Amino acid sequence: MAVEKKMAFIVDKLPYKAETSRLALTHAIASQSVEIYLEDEDTVIPVVAFVGEGVLNCLKDQAALKLYGVTSLEGHIKNALLLDLEVMVCKEDLEKYGLTNDSIIMDAEEIGGEVETQVVPFDDILKAMDSADHVLYF
Amino acid sequence: MGKLTIGCFSSLVGSMTLDFALKLSEAAIKKGHTVDMWLSGNATMLSKKGQRKFQDYSSLEASMTEMLGKGLNVTACEACAEARGYHKEDLIEGLGRKSMDWYLASCFEADRVLHIGGE
Repeated sequence: MAVEKKMAFIVDKLPYKAETSRLALTHAIASQSVEIYLEDEDTVIPVVAFVGEGVLNCLKDQAALKLYGVTSLEGHIKNALLLDLEVMVCKEDLEKYGLTNDSIIMDAEEIGGEVETQVVPFDDILKAMDSADHVLYF
Repeated sequence: MGKLTIGCFSSLVGSMTLDFALKLSEAAIKKGHTVDMWLSGNATMLSKKGQRKFQDYSSLEASMTEMLGKGLNVTACEACAEARGYHKEDLIEGLGRKSMDWYLASCFEADRVLHIGGE
């Protein structure tokens, strides 16, 4: 019988100051190739949630590649959306920083992504954590 | 008995996180549990052989090698290690090097996951 396990990747750190949020995204995206280690049809369902200062990872128009020669967190978030990962952003924390949906990466349409970022109340993120088999707090 | 997966992201020098993780692994193995340890980001520093022991800094090569002999399974993130100049030939004997999906698979199979984020 196929087993699905949900893993919640919680990001509350600033982008670029440390490697943490990048590692959260690259580990979450690695869920797309985890099957090579699992039994047939077993799978990992990832959900990525940005809370606190972590919501600043989601700002649009990042220029890390231009300025520092490294891929931006924006690129990683778009890759996550392209791969249909569930990406959640805490609504209250966005508001705390004076940000709106227009300020952040809401989709990856230009690279063919179909799912959108979900801006949700913190309670919904707590529910996602409650329903996860494992919470990975970055 | 259960399986514990410990994800480590902090550096060897500059934090005591890896010291704690190794002690926890030892306690779990003594109780008969299986332990996987994942070294990612700055924690890949622990996978490098030839660490010189100073009393001012954590030095875990010897104790980790001992734990490998007792069944601890330690795997380092290959990309994180390479980015830091730790190549395959620098790896402590008995450690593995894999991509990040290995960690997720280990979490998948674990009864408990202790994920210790980086600094």
